[in-house]
Amino acid sequence: MTYHRTFATTTRVLRQLIRDHRSLVLLLVMPSALVGLFAWIFSDQKMVFQSFGAPILVLFPFILMFVVTSVTTLRERRTGTLERLMTTPLGKGDFIGGYAIAFGLIASLQAIITVAFAVWVCGLDVAGPVWGLGIVAIGNALLGTSLGLLASAFAHTEFQAVQFMPMISFPQVLLGGFLMPREKMPDTLHTISNWLPLSYAVDAINGVTRGESWTYIAGKLGIVLGFALVAIVLASLTLKRQTN
Amino acid sequence: MNPRKNSEYMSPLPPTQNNPAVLIDSLRVNRGATKVFTDLNLVIPRGNITGVLGPSGSGKTTLLRAIVGVQRIQGGTVSVLGQPAGNAALRHRIGYATQEASVYPDLTVIQNLHYFAHILNVSRTDVDRVIEAVDLQGQIHQGVSSLSGGQRSRVSLAVAMLGNPDLLVLDEPTVGLDPVLRADLWNLFRELASNGTTLIISSHVMDEAMRCDHLLLLRNGCLVAQTTPAGLLTETEQDNPEDAFLALIRREER
Repeated sequence: MTYHRTFATTTRVLRQLIRDHRSLVLLLVMPSALVGLFAWIFSDQKMVFQSFGAPILVLFPFILMFVVTSVTTLRERRTGTLERLMTTPLGKGDFIGGYAIAFGLIASLQAIITVAFAVWVCGLDVAGPVWGLGIVAIGNALLGTSLGLLASAFAHTEFQAVQFMPMISFPQVLLGGFLMPREKMPDTLHTISNWLPLSYAVDAINGVTRGESWTYIAGKLGIVLGFALVAIVLASLTLKRQTN
Repeated sequence: MNPRKNSEYMSPLPPTQNNPAVLIDSLRVNRGATKVFTDLNLVIPRGNITGVLGPSGSGKTTLLRAIVGVQRIQGGTVSVLGQPAGNAALRHRIGYATQEASVYPDLTVIQNLHYFAHILNVSRTDVDRVIEAVDLQGQIHQGVSSLSGGQRSRVSLAVAMLGNPDLLVLDEPTVGLDPVLRADLWNLFRELASNGTTLIISSHVMDEAMRCDHLLLLRNGCLVAQTTPAGLLTETEQDNPEDAFLALIRREER
């Protein structure tokens, strides 16, 4: 891995995104629009938005970044550019790392916009610091990015890649504590939820809204980032210079 | 079908054979359930243009992929510029353009070239050189997706030429180009070869065979002939490469 090649790849991916105005606007604005819609639906039941608004903040960046990353890298596999890159000195880590940093930056921007909108426009109450929400949302966007990079290795077409999204995210949404607290689930499901990264993201963001200690939040977020790191390493390992 | 039985049509190897650009020995490649090569042997000399010709599905692309080191192989050896194919030391020395223009359609011409120049660690003056070589000075700020098919494949060619690689592997670089542009590109290939670059160029247009120094004729994953344009015509007693190829296949089938 070399810094200048990783960085060149990051710049290239960002340039591609910036030239695609429509995707960029969708990426940055859509999560806020959905949070706004959610707040509006429950405008007569403030409690619902107060308890579910924050978990939704981590869900959108996760799903969006997963889809965007898996489709983009898959396109690279299919158009021959990846094949060409694999004949150059570009390392596999440069490629995956370049993508992860580029989408990580976009995800951070998205998280900042969405959190600001949720707190200052929709009136989400947070006991802890507002930027705590932002940090957890960014961590979760990174998780979506890294799982998307990994998933693209197992998909042969964009169509398949898109279908990985519900497969990866829906079970985590059901079990991760979005709909009901994990402690109240049947024991087996609670145990399974302990192995899913999104569970810890929900714990972390609820920790921020409840005003938990930083060690609690950092511990939970650390687990999320650990999952992301493992996914990135696996994605680099599944990337092969030689294919059939 | 054993390719060795065609040895009577194989011209003697050129004098550079002691130090060939590519040396393939009993190569075996499967792509999925299809056996593309069962026992392929060939030599590609340095410093000139070798044409890989044959109908679609004959194994041209697989051969080129094996040479640049992105094809998983089941057996045999592929050695390129004295190293095993795919060796890290070769990654600065080989330029490769796939059949579809392998560049980013959502970037401009210059953005594409700058990215690959960074990866290869080559200077911006080299970017200017390759743009001029493929005659795209007027399009550098245009998005690749808005270019014509021919322009797009020239962007892909320009990327392959970055850093002056010792070996250029081009998969059907002239497909779909108008005759004038095709002639221009062949002049460019000739110029590169005269400066010492080894070019391996695949084509399914038999007429292009006459522009090469050496020919590899493939059919169904077998090497039908390893010869020169002149050799091909005299050996088959034909006056154009299309008929010569047909004559070779008929002889083989007899």
